[in-house]
Amino acid sequence: MQPQRYWREIPQRYRLEAGRCKRCGKVFMPVRGICDSCRSTEFEPVRLADRGKVHTYTAIRVPPAGFVAQTPYVLAVVELEDGVRLTMQVADCGPDEVRVGLPVRVEFRKINEVGKSGVICYGYKAVPA
Amino acid sequence: MREVAVIGVGMSKWGELWHQPLRDLACEAVLKALAQTKVDKVESIHVGCMTGGLFAGQEHLASVVADYLGFAGVPASRSESACASGGVAFKAAYAEVAAGICDVALVVGMEKMTDVGGDEATYALGTAADQEYECYNGATFPGLYGMMAVRHMHEFGTTRRQLSQVAVKNHANGLLNPEAQYHAKITFDEVESSALVADPLRLLDCSPITDGAAALVLCPLSTASKLGKKAGVKVLGLGHATDTIALHSRKDLCRLAAVETAAARAYKMAGVGPKDISLAEVHDCFTIAEIMVTEALGFAELGEGGKLVASGATAMGGRIPVNTSGGLKSKGHPVGATGVAQLVELVTQLRGEAGARQVKKPRVGLAQNMGGTGGSSIVSILGVA
Repeated sequence: MQPQRYWREIPQRYRLEAGRCKRCGKVFMPVRGICDSCRSTEFEPVRLADRGKVHTYTAIRVPPAGFVAQTPYVLAVVELEDGVRLTMQVADCGPDEVRVGLPVRVEFRKINEVGKSGVICYGYKAVPA
Repeated sequence: MREVAVIGVGMSKWGELWHQPLRDLACEAVLKALAQTKVDKVESIHVGCMTGGLFAGQEHLASVVADYLGFAGVPASRSESACASGGVAFKAAYAEVAAGICDVALVVGMEKMTDVGGDEATYALGTAADQEYECYNGATFPGLYGMMAVRHMHEFGTTRRQLSQVAVKNHANGLLNPEAQYHAKITFDEVESSALVADPLRLLDCSPITDGAAALVLCPLSTASKLGKKAGVKVLGLGHATDTIALHSRKDLCRLAAVETAAARAYKMAGVGPKDISLAEVHDCFTIAEIMVTEALGFAELGEGGKLVASGATAMGGRIPVNTSGGLKSKGHPVGATGVAQLVELVTQLRGEAGARQVKKPRVGLAQNMGGTGGSSIVSILGVA
Protein backbone atom coordinates (compact mmCIF):
# COMPACT_ATOMS: atom_id res chain seq x y z
CA MET A 1 0.00 0.00 0.00
CA GLN A 2 1.50 3.29 -1.08
CA PRO A 3 1.42 5.93 1.72
CA GLN A 4 -0.21 8.57 -0.50
CA ARG A 5 -3.09 6.26 -1.44
CA TYR A 6 -3.54 5.11 2.11
CA TRP A 7 -3.51 8.70 3.37
CA ARG A 8 -6.15 9.96 0.93
CA GLU A 9 -8.51 7.10 1.82
CA ILE A 10 -8.39 7.78 5.56
CA PRO A 11 -11.80 9.58 5.73
CA GLN A 12 -13.72 6.61 4.37
CA ARG A 13 -11.65 3.92 6.08
CA TYR A 14 -11.44 5.54 9.53
CA ARG A 15 -14.76 7.38 9.74
CA LEU A 16 -17.04 5.55 7.26
CA GLU A 17 -17.35 8.87 5.45
CA ALA A 18 -19.42 8.65 2.26
CA GLY A 19 -20.88 11.23 -0.13
CA ARG A 20 -24.56 12.04 -0.53
CA CYS A 21 -25.78 13.48 -3.84
CA LYS A 22 -27.15 16.95 -3.09
CA ARG A 23 -29.81 16.64 -5.79
CA CYS A 24 -31.27 13.12 -5.47
CA GLY A 25 -29.90 11.96 -2.10
CA LYS A 26 -28.18 8.77 -3.32
CA VAL A 27 -25.26 7.81 -1.10
CA PHE A 28 -21.92 6.64 -2.51
CA MET A 29 -19.09 4.98 -0.64
CA PRO A 30 -16.53 6.26 -1.44
CA VAL A 31 -17.71 9.66 -2.60
CA ARG A 32 -17.78 10.05 -6.39
CA GLY A 33 -17.58 12.89 -8.86
CA ILE A 34 -20.79 12.07 -10.73
CA CYS A 35 -24.08 10.65 -9.46
CA ASP A 36 -25.12 7.64 -11.57
CA SER A 37 -28.79 8.31 -10.88
CA CYS A 38 -29.17 12.03 -11.68
CA ARG A 39 -25.75 13.05 -13.10
CA SER A 40 -25.31 15.72 -10.43
CA THR A 41 -21.72 16.57 -9.51
CA GLU A 42 -22.44 18.02 -6.06
CA PHE A 43 -22.07 15.86 -2.95
CA GLU A 44 -22.02 16.44 0.77
CA PRO A 45 -20.14 14.27 3.26
CA VAL A 46 -22.26 11.88 5.28
CA ARG A 47 -21.33 9.29 7.89
CA LEU A 48 -22.65 5.83 7.13
CA ALA A 49 -24.71 3.82 9.62
CA ASP A 50 -22.54 1.54 11.74
CA ARG A 51 -25.17 -1.17 12.06
CA GLY A 52 -26.41 -3.53 9.42
CA LYS A 53 -26.75 -7.16 8.45
CA VAL A 54 -24.89 -9.72 6.36
CA HIS A 55 -26.28 -9.76 2.81
CA THR A 56 -23.98 -12.55 1.66
CA TYR A 57 -20.69 -14.04 2.84
CA THR A 58 -17.84 -16.44 2.24
CA ALA A 59 -14.94 -17.80 4.27
CA ILE A 60 -11.57 -17.19 2.65
CA ARG A 61 -9.41 -20.32 3.03
CA VAL A 62 -6.78 -19.42 0.40
CA PRO A 63 -5.82 -15.84 1.24
CA PRO A 64 -4.03 -13.16 -0.71
CA ALA A 65 -0.59 -12.01 0.53
CA GLY A 66 -0.89 -10.07 3.75
CA PHE A 67 -3.86 -12.04 5.10
CA VAL A 68 -2.25 -15.39 5.84
CA ALA A 69 -2.17 -14.94 9.62
CA GLN A 70 -5.94 -14.35 9.78
CA THR A 71 -6.95 -17.31 7.59
CA PRO A 72 -9.61 -18.60 7.53
CA TYR A 73 -11.61 -15.39 7.79
CA VAL A 74 -15.19 -14.46 7.02
CA LEU A 75 -15.74 -11.91 4.27
CA ALA A 76 -19.18 -10.45 3.65
CA VAL A 77 -21.21 -7.92 1.75
CA VAL A 78 -22.84 -6.04 4.60
CA GLU A 79 -25.99 -4.00 4.06
CA LEU A 80 -25.93 -1.04 6.45
CA GLU A 81 -29.12 0.37 7.94
CA ASP A 82 -29.02 3.29 5.49
CA GLY A 83 -29.10 0.84 2.58
CA VAL A 84 -25.45 1.16 1.52
CA ARG A 85 -23.65 -2.14 0.91
CA LEU A 86 -19.94 -2.67 1.49
CA THR A 87 -17.49 -5.57 1.35
CA MET A 88 -15.81 -6.17 4.71
CA GLN A 89 -14.54 -8.89 6.98
CA VAL A 90 -16.73 -10.17 9.78
CA ALA A 91 -14.33 -10.40 12.72
CA ASP A 92 -14.84 -12.37 15.95
CA CYS A 93 -16.98 -14.78 13.91
CA GLY A 94 -16.07 -18.24 12.66
CA PRO A 95 -16.98 -19.62 9.24
CA ASP A 96 -19.66 -21.76 10.89
CA GLU A 97 -21.22 -18.87 12.81
CA VAL A 98 -21.99 -16.51 9.93
CA ARG A 99 -25.33 -16.56 8.04
CA VAL A 100 -27.31 -14.35 5.67
CA GLY A 101 -29.16 -11.80 7.80
CA LEU A 102 -26.72 -11.90 10.74
CA PRO A 103 -26.94 -8.51 12.54
CA VAL A 104 -23.56 -6.78 12.68
CA ARG A 105 -21.93 -3.63 13.99
CA VAL A 106 -19.11 -1.90 12.07
CA GLU A 107 -15.89 -1.26 13.99
CA PHE A 108 -12.55 0.42 13.35
CA ARG A 109 -10.02 -2.38 13.09
CA LYS A 110 -6.59 -3.34 11.86
CA ILE A 111 -6.82 -4.86 8.38
CA ASN A 112 -3.25 -6.12 7.98
CA GLU A 113 0.44 -5.25 7.84
CA VAL A 114 2.08 -4.67 4.52
CA GLY A 115 5.60 -4.40 3.21
CA LYS A 116 8.90 -5.36 4.78
CA SER A 117 8.55 -2.65 7.44
CA GLY A 118 5.14 -3.92 8.47
CA VAL A 119 3.16 -0.71 7.93
CA ILE A 120 -0.22 -1.24 9.59
CA CYS A 121 -3.35 -0.66 7.49
CA TYR A 122 -6.59 0.14 9.30
CA GLY A 123 -10.18 0.13 8.13
CA TYR A 124 -13.65 -1.12 8.93
CA LYS A 125 -14.73 -4.63 9.88
CA ALA A 126 -18.07 -5.96 10.99
CA VAL A 127 -18.55 -7.89 14.22
CA PRO A 128 -21.68 -9.79 15.28
CA ALA A 129 -23.98 -7.28 17.00
CA MET B 1 -21.50 -2.25 -42.62
CA ARG B 2 -20.03 -5.31 -44.33
CA GLU B 3 -20.82 -8.84 -43.19
CA VAL B 4 -17.77 -10.44 -41.54
CA ALA B 5 -16.51 -14.03 -41.73
CA VAL B 6 -14.08 -16.01 -39.57
CA ILE B 7 -11.86 -17.96 -41.99
CA GLY B 8 -9.11 -19.23 -39.72
CA VAL B 9 -8.88 -20.37 -36.10
CA GLY B 10 -5.98 -21.71 -34.05
CA MET B 11 -4.87 -22.48 -30.54
CA SER B 12 -1.42 -22.94 -29.03
CA LYS B 13 -0.94 -25.79 -26.62
CA TRP B 14 -2.57 -24.85 -23.29
CA GLY B 15 -1.17 -25.72 -19.89
CA GLU B 16 1.82 -25.05 -17.68
CA LEU B 17 4.31 -24.24 -20.41
CA TRP B 18 7.50 -23.15 -18.68
CA HIS B 19 9.56 -23.65 -21.82
CA GLN B 20 7.55 -21.20 -23.91
CA PRO B 21 7.49 -17.40 -23.60
CA LEU B 22 4.28 -15.45 -24.16
CA ARG B 23 5.30 -14.32 -27.64
CA ASP B 24 5.87 -17.90 -28.81
CA LEU B 25 2.41 -18.94 -27.63
CA ALA B 26 0.91 -16.15 -29.73
CA CYS B 27 2.88 -17.19 -32.81
CA GLU B 28 1.92 -20.85 -32.41
CA ALA B 29 -1.79 -19.98 -32.36
CA VAL B 30 -1.54 -17.52 -35.26
CA LEU B 31 0.39 -19.90 -37.51
CA LYS B 32 -2.35 -22.52 -37.06
CA ALA B 33 -5.06 -19.98 -37.82
CA LEU B 34 -3.29 -18.65 -40.92
CA ALA B 35 -2.70 -22.22 -42.17
CA GLN B 36 -6.48 -22.59 -42.52
CA THR B 37 -6.52 -19.66 -44.97
CA LYS B 38 -4.77 -18.48 -48.12
CA VAL B 39 -3.78 -15.27 -46.33
CA ASP B 40 -0.05 -14.58 -46.03
CA LYS B 41 -0.22 -11.01 -44.77
CA VAL B 42 -2.72 -9.35 -42.43
CA GLU B 43 -3.67 -5.67 -42.47
CA SER B 44 -4.44 -5.24 -38.78
CA ILE B 45 -3.74 -7.06 -35.50
CA HIS B 46 -5.83 -6.96 -32.33
CA VAL B 47 -4.36 -8.46 -29.19
CA GLY B 48 -6.41 -9.38 -26.13
CA CYS B 49 -4.40 -9.74 -22.94
CA MET B 50 -5.40 -8.92 -19.40
CA THR B 51 -2.11 -8.18 -17.71
CA GLY B 52 1.05 -9.22 -19.48
CA GLY B 53 2.79 -6.71 -17.24
CA LEU B 54 1.92 -8.42 -13.96
CA PHE B 55 2.11 -11.99 -15.23
CA ALA B 56 5.04 -11.82 -17.64
CA GLY B 57 6.63 -8.42 -17.08
CA GLN B 58 5.82 -7.37 -20.63
CA GLU B 59 3.45 -4.67 -21.86
CA HIS B 60 3.31 -3.10 -25.34
CA LEU B 61 2.19 -6.54 -26.45
CA ALA B 62 0.61 -5.46 -29.71
CA SER B 63 4.05 -4.54 -31.03
CA VAL B 64 5.66 -7.65 -29.54
CA VAL B 65 3.14 -9.81 -31.39
CA ALA B 66 3.43 -7.93 -34.69
CA ASP B 67 7.23 -8.12 -34.48
CA TYR B 68 7.45 -11.83 -33.68
CA LEU B 69 4.90 -12.72 -36.35
CA GLY B 70 7.21 -11.03 -38.84
CA PHE B 71 4.54 -8.40 -39.42
CA ALA B 72 6.34 -5.34 -37.99
CA GLY B 73 4.83 -2.38 -39.77
CA VAL B 74 1.26 -3.68 -39.52
CA PRO B 75 -0.97 -1.60 -37.19
CA ALA B 76 -1.57 -3.47 -33.95
CA SER B 77 -3.33 -2.62 -30.71
CA ARG B 78 -4.33 -4.33 -27.50
CA SER B 79 -7.68 -4.55 -25.76
CA GLU B 80 -7.96 -4.98 -22.01
CA SER B 81 -11.13 -5.82 -20.16
CA ALA B 82 -9.79 -8.26 -17.56
CA CYS B 83 -10.90 -11.82 -18.45
CA ALA B 84 -13.04 -10.40 -21.29
CA SER B 85 -9.98 -8.96 -23.05
CA GLY B 86 -10.06 -11.60 -25.78
CA GLY B 87 -13.72 -11.02 -26.60
CA VAL B 88 -13.18 -7.28 -26.72
CA ALA B 89 -10.18 -7.68 -29.07
CA PHE B 90 -12.47 -9.71 -31.34
CA LYS B 91 -15.01 -6.89 -31.28
CA ALA B 92 -12.34 -4.34 -32.27
CA ALA B 93 -11.23 -6.48 -35.21
CA TYR B 94 -14.82 -7.17 -36.23
CA ALA B 95 -15.60 -3.45 -36.24
CA GLU B 96 -12.60 -2.65 -38.46
CA VAL B 97 -13.50 -5.28 -41.02
CA ALA B 98 -17.22 -4.43 -40.95
CA ALA B 99 -16.47 -0.73 -41.38
CA GLY B 100 -14.09 -1.28 -44.28
CA ILE B 101 -11.03 0.01 -42.42
CA CYS B 102 -9.20 -3.20 -43.29
CA ASP B 103 -9.82 -6.34 -45.33
CA VAL B 104 -7.95 -8.96 -43.28
CA ALA B 105 -7.67 -8.70 -39.51
CA LEU B 106 -6.00 -10.96 -36.99
CA VAL B 107 -7.22 -11.46 -33.40
CA VAL B 108 -4.80 -12.91 -30.85
CA GLY B 109 -5.82 -13.65 -27.26
CA MET B 110 -3.03 -14.61 -24.89
CA GLU B 111 -1.87 -14.90 -21.30
CA LYS B 112 1.20 -16.37 -19.62
CA MET B 113 0.20 -17.05 -16.01
CA THR B 114 2.65 -19.63 -14.63
CA ASP B 115 5.79 -17.48 -14.57
CA VAL B 116 4.59 -16.15 -11.22
CA GLY B 117 3.77 -17.81 -7.90
CA GLY B 118 0.39 -18.13 -6.22
CA ASP B 119 0.47 -14.81 -4.32
CA GLU B 120 1.42 -12.87 -7.42
CA ALA B 121 -1.22 -14.62 -9.54
CA THR B 122 -3.88 -13.88 -6.91
CA TYR B 123 -2.79 -10.24 -6.88
CA ALA B 124 -2.75 -9.96 -10.69
CA LEU B 125 -6.23 -11.48 -11.02
CA GLY B 126 -7.46 -9.33 -8.13
CA THR B 127 -6.76 -6.20 -10.15
CA ALA B 128 -9.94 -7.08 -12.08
CA ALA B 129 -11.97 -6.48 -8.91
CA ASP B 130 -12.22 -3.24 -6.93
CA GLN B 131 -8.71 -3.04 -5.48
CA GLU B 132 -9.54 -0.31 -2.99
CA TYR B 133 -12.89 -1.49 -1.63
CA GLU B 134 -12.88 -5.27 -2.17
CA CYS B 135 -9.28 -6.53 -2.25
CA TYR B 136 -8.14 -4.10 0.48
CA ASN B 137 -10.44 -5.98 2.84
CA GLY B 138 -9.12 -9.39 1.86
CA ALA B 139 -11.36 -10.32 -1.08
CA THR B 140 -10.16 -12.80 -3.70
CA PHE B 141 -11.93 -13.88 -6.89
CA PRO B 142 -13.04 -17.22 -5.46
CA GLY B 143 -14.28 -15.20 -2.47
CA LEU B 144 -16.34 -12.82 -4.60
CA TYR B 145 -17.89 -15.66 -6.61
CA GLY B 146 -18.35 -17.57 -3.36
CA MET B 147 -20.47 -14.67 -2.09
CA MET B 148 -22.50 -14.73 -5.31
CA ALA B 149 -23.02 -18.47 -4.80
CA VAL B 150 -24.16 -18.07 -1.19
CA ARG B 151 -26.69 -15.42 -2.20
CA HIS B 152 -27.92 -17.51 -5.16
CA MET B 153 -28.34 -20.53 -2.88
CA HIS B 154 -30.13 -18.36 -0.31
CA GLU B 155 -32.59 -16.80 -2.76
CA PHE B 156 -33.26 -19.68 -5.12
CA GLY B 157 -32.29 -22.84 -3.30
CA THR B 158 -29.44 -23.60 -5.68
CA THR B 159 -27.63 -26.64 -4.29
CA ARG B 160 -24.08 -27.82 -3.71
CA ARG B 161 -24.83 -30.73 -6.05
CA GLN B 162 -25.88 -28.37 -8.86
CA LEU B 163 -22.57 -26.50 -8.58
CA SER B 164 -20.76 -29.83 -8.78
CA GLN B 165 -22.76 -30.79 -11.85
CA VAL B 166 -21.18 -27.90 -13.80
CA ALA B 167 -17.67 -29.12 -12.99
CA VAL B 168 -18.49 -32.77 -13.70
CA LYS B 169 -20.14 -31.88 -17.03
CA ASN B 170 -17.36 -29.59 -18.24
CA HIS B 171 -14.62 -32.07 -17.35
CA ALA B 172 -16.57 -34.79 -19.19
CA ASN B 173 -16.60 -32.50 -22.24
CA GLY B 174 -12.92 -31.62 -21.85
CA LEU B 175 -12.08 -35.30 -21.95
CA LEU B 176 -13.23 -35.21 -25.60
CA ASN B 177 -11.15 -32.12 -26.44
CA PRO B 178 -7.50 -32.90 -27.28
CA GLU B 179 -6.64 -29.22 -26.69
CA ALA B 180 -7.92 -29.12 -23.10
CA GLN B 181 -5.46 -28.53 -20.24
CA TYR B 182 -7.03 -31.11 -17.93
CA HIS B 183 -8.05 -34.46 -19.37
CA ALA B 184 -9.60 -35.91 -16.29
CA LYS B 185 -13.05 -37.26 -15.62
CA ILE B 186 -14.11 -36.03 -12.21
CA THR B 187 -16.88 -37.29 -9.94
CA PHE B 188 -19.34 -35.52 -7.65
CA ASP B 189 -17.47 -36.96 -4.67
CA GLU B 190 -14.17 -35.58 -5.90
CA VAL B 191 -15.62 -32.10 -6.39
CA GLU B 192 -17.32 -32.11 -3.02
CA SER B 193 -14.31 -33.41 -1.12
CA SER B 194 -11.77 -31.14 -2.81
CA ALA B 195 -10.23 -28.41 -0.62
CA LEU B 196 -12.39 -25.43 0.30
CA VAL B 197 -11.05 -22.27 -1.33
CA ALA B 198 -13.79 -19.77 -0.45
CA ASP B 199 -17.03 -21.21 0.91
CA PRO B 200 -18.96 -22.76 -0.68
CA LEU B 201 -16.48 -22.98 -3.56
CA ARG B 202 -13.94 -25.77 -3.55
CA LEU B 203 -10.84 -26.29 -5.65
CA LEU B 204 -12.79 -28.20 -8.32
CA ASP B 205 -15.33 -25.35 -8.58
CA CYS B 206 -12.53 -23.09 -9.84
CA SER B 207 -10.99 -22.73 -13.30
CA PRO B 208 -7.21 -23.23 -13.39
CA ILE B 209 -4.17 -21.04 -14.02
CA THR B 210 -3.07 -21.56 -17.63
CA ASP B 211 -0.55 -20.44 -20.23
CA GLY B 212 -2.00 -20.23 -23.71
CA ALA B 213 -3.02 -18.31 -26.78
CA ALA B 214 -5.76 -18.45 -29.41
CA ALA B 215 -6.15 -16.72 -32.76
CA LEU B 216 -8.75 -15.87 -35.41
CA VAL B 217 -8.51 -14.52 -38.96
CA LEU B 218 -11.37 -12.26 -40.07
CA CYS B 219 -12.30 -10.90 -43.49
CA PRO B 220 -15.43 -9.60 -45.23
CA LEU B 221 -17.90 -12.39 -46.02
CA SER B 222 -17.67 -11.35 -49.69
CA THR B 223 -14.02 -12.47 -49.88
CA ALA B 224 -14.28 -15.44 -47.48
CA SER B 225 -14.48 -18.10 -50.17
CA LYS B 226 -11.46 -16.61 -51.97
CA LEU B 227 -9.28 -16.18 -48.86
CA GLY B 228 -10.50 -19.17 -46.86
CA LYS B 229 -10.02 -22.91 -47.35
CA LYS B 230 -12.89 -24.16 -45.21
CA ALA B 231 -16.65 -23.83 -44.84
CA GLY B 232 -17.64 -20.28 -44.06
CA VAL B 233 -18.66 -19.09 -40.62
CA LYS B 234 -20.00 -15.57 -40.25
CA VAL B 235 -20.58 -13.17 -37.40
CA LEU B 236 -24.32 -12.76 -36.84
CA GLY B 237 -24.36 -10.56 -33.79
CA LEU B 238 -22.28 -8.99 -31.10
CA GLY B 239 -23.18 -7.24 -27.85
CA HIS B 240 -20.97 -5.64 -25.23
CA ALA B 241 -21.84 -4.07 -21.87
CA THR B 242 -20.41 -3.04 -18.52
CA ASP B 243 -21.56 -3.08 -14.89
CA THR B 244 -20.28 -1.73 -11.57
CA ILE B 245 -16.71 -2.73 -10.73
CA ALA B 246 -17.55 -3.74 -7.13
CA LEU B 247 -19.95 -6.60 -6.55
CA HIS B 248 -21.46 -4.83 -3.51
CA SER B 249 -22.56 -1.85 -5.67
CA ARG B 250 -25.08 -4.02 -7.57
CA LYS B 251 -28.74 -3.83 -6.77
CA ASP B 252 -29.09 -7.59 -7.25
CA LEU B 253 -26.09 -9.84 -6.55
CA CYS B 254 -27.81 -12.76 -8.27
CA ARG B 255 -28.02 -11.06 -11.66
CA LEU B 256 -25.27 -10.41 -14.18
CA ALA B 257 -26.60 -7.20 -15.72
CA ALA B 258 -23.68 -6.80 -18.14
CA VAL B 259 -24.33 -10.30 -19.52
CA GLU B 260 -28.07 -9.66 -19.81
CA THR B 261 -27.51 -6.39 -21.69
CA ALA B 262 -24.75 -7.76 -23.93
CA ALA B 263 -26.94 -10.78 -24.76
CA ALA B 264 -29.97 -8.62 -25.57
CA ARG B 265 -27.84 -6.53 -27.95
CA ALA B 266 -26.29 -9.60 -29.61
CA TYR B 267 -29.65 -11.39 -30.03
CA LYS B 268 -31.19 -8.25 -31.54
CA MET B 269 -28.35 -7.75 -34.00
CA ALA B 270 -28.40 -11.42 -35.02
CA GLY B 271 -32.19 -11.57 -35.20
CA VAL B 272 -32.24 -14.71 -33.04
CA GLY B 273 -33.26 -15.66 -29.51
CA PRO B 274 -32.04 -18.12 -26.87
CA LYS B 275 -34.10 -20.93 -28.41
CA ASP B 276 -32.23 -20.61 -31.72
CA ILE B 277 -28.80 -21.28 -30.21
CA SER B 278 -27.33 -24.70 -31.11
CA LEU B 279 -24.47 -24.52 -28.59
CA ALA B 280 -22.85 -22.00 -26.26
CA GLU B 281 -19.41 -21.41 -24.83
CA VAL B 282 -19.81 -19.49 -21.58
CA HIS B 283 -17.48 -18.00 -18.98
CA ASP B 284 -17.41 -20.71 -16.28
CA CYS B 285 -14.52 -19.21 -14.30
CA PHE B 286 -16.31 -20.75 -11.29
CA THR B 287 -19.16 -23.26 -11.33
CA ILE B 288 -21.63 -20.67 -10.00
CA ALA B 289 -20.72 -18.41 -12.92
CA GLU B 290 -22.01 -20.90 -15.50
CA ILE B 291 -25.28 -21.22 -13.59
CA MET B 292 -25.77 -17.45 -13.43
CA VAL B 293 -24.67 -16.89 -17.03
CA THR B 294 -27.12 -19.44 -18.43
CA GLU B 295 -29.86 -17.46 -16.67
CA ALA B 296 -28.58 -14.13 -18.01
CA LEU B 297 -28.46 -15.54 -21.55
CA GLY B 298 -32.09 -16.64 -21.29
CA PHE B 299 -31.44 -20.40 -21.38
CA ALA B 300 -33.20 -20.58 -18.00
CA GLU B 301 -35.34 -18.23 -15.92
CA LEU B 302 -33.68 -16.25 -13.14
CA GLY B 303 -32.90 -18.66 -10.31
CA GLU B 304 -33.38 -21.77 -12.47
CA GLY B 305 -29.80 -22.13 -13.73
CA GLY B 306 -28.99 -24.81 -11.17
CA LYS B 307 -31.97 -26.86 -12.24
CA LEU B 308 -31.02 -26.37 -15.89
CA VAL B 309 -27.60 -27.98 -15.47
CA ALA B 310 -29.03 -30.70 -13.20
CA SER B 311 -31.61 -31.58 -15.88
CA GLY B 312 -28.85 -32.43 -18.35
CA ALA B 313 -30.12 -29.84 -20.85
CA THR B 314 -26.67 -28.22 -21.06
CA ALA B 315 -24.74 -31.51 -21.32
CA MET B 316 -23.53 -32.97 -24.59
CA GLY B 317 -26.62 -34.19 -26.44
CA GLY B 318 -28.89 -31.95 -24.35
CA ARG B 319 -31.22 -29.22 -25.59
CA ILE B 320 -28.50 -26.54 -25.47
CA PRO B 321 -24.99 -27.96 -24.97
CA VAL B 322 -22.89 -25.51 -22.92
CA ASN B 323 -19.08 -25.54 -22.94
CA THR B 324 -18.54 -28.44 -25.33
CA SER B 325 -14.83 -27.50 -25.32
CA GLY B 326 -14.61 -28.28 -21.60
CA GLY B 327 -15.06 -24.63 -20.73
CA LEU B 328 -12.63 -22.59 -18.70
CA LYS B 329 -12.91 -25.29 -16.07
CA SER B 330 -11.30 -28.12 -18.06
CA LYS B 331 -9.89 -26.52 -21.20
CA GLY B 332 -8.04 -23.93 -19.08
CA HIS B 333 -8.30 -20.19 -18.52
CA PRO B 334 -5.36 -18.13 -19.79
CA VAL B 335 -7.45 -15.06 -19.08
CA GLY B 336 -6.75 -12.89 -22.14
CA ALA B 337 -7.00 -15.89 -24.49
CA THR B 338 -10.29 -17.26 -23.19
CA GLY B 339 -12.68 -15.05 -25.17
CA VAL B 340 -10.86 -15.88 -28.40
CA ALA B 341 -10.69 -19.60 -27.65
CA GLN B 342 -14.47 -19.68 -27.10
CA LEU B 343 -14.86 -18.46 -30.69
CA VAL B 344 -12.34 -21.07 -31.90
CA GLU B 345 -14.64 -23.74 -30.43
CA LEU B 346 -17.75 -22.24 -32.05
CA VAL B 347 -16.10 -22.11 -35.48
CA THR B 348 -14.79 -25.67 -35.09
CA GLN B 349 -18.28 -26.88 -34.16
CA LEU B 350 -20.07 -24.90 -36.89
CA ARG B 351 -17.69 -26.36 -39.48
CA GLY B 352 -18.46 -29.86 -38.19
CA GLU B 353 -14.81 -30.48 -37.26
CA ALA B 354 -15.17 -31.04 -33.50
CA GLY B 355 -14.62 -34.81 -33.65
CA ALA B 356 -15.77 -36.76 -30.61
CA ARG B 357 -17.48 -33.71 -29.08
CA GLN B 358 -19.25 -32.61 -32.28
CA VAL B 359 -22.76 -31.22 -31.74
CA LYS B 360 -25.19 -32.56 -34.35
CA LYS B 361 -25.59 -30.09 -37.22
CA PRO B 362 -25.23 -26.82 -35.33
CA ARG B 363 -26.41 -23.68 -37.13
CA VAL B 364 -25.88 -20.92 -34.57
CA GLY B 365 -23.32 -20.71 -31.77
CA LEU B 366 -23.03 -18.21 -28.93
CA ALA B 367 -19.94 -17.20 -26.94
CA GLN B 368 -20.12 -15.25 -23.68
CA ASN B 369 -16.94 -13.79 -22.21
CA MET B 370 -16.86 -11.91 -18.90
CA GLY B 371 -14.49 -9.67 -16.95
CA GLY B 372 -14.17 -9.63 -13.16
CA THR B 373 -17.36 -10.43 -11.28
CA GLY B 374 -19.33 -9.34 -14.36
CA GLY B 375 -18.05 -5.77 -14.58
CA SER B 376 -17.85 -6.36 -18.32
CA SER B 377 -19.21 -8.91 -20.73
CA ILE B 378 -19.24 -9.53 -24.44
CA VAL B 379 -21.62 -11.89 -26.24
CA SER B 380 -20.88 -12.98 -29.82
CA ILE B 381 -23.14 -15.04 -32.06
CA LEU B 382 -21.73 -16.91 -35.05
CA GLY B 383 -23.58 -18.84 -37.74
CA VAL B 384 -23.01 -21.10 -40.70
CA ALA B 385 -22.49 -18.79 -43.70
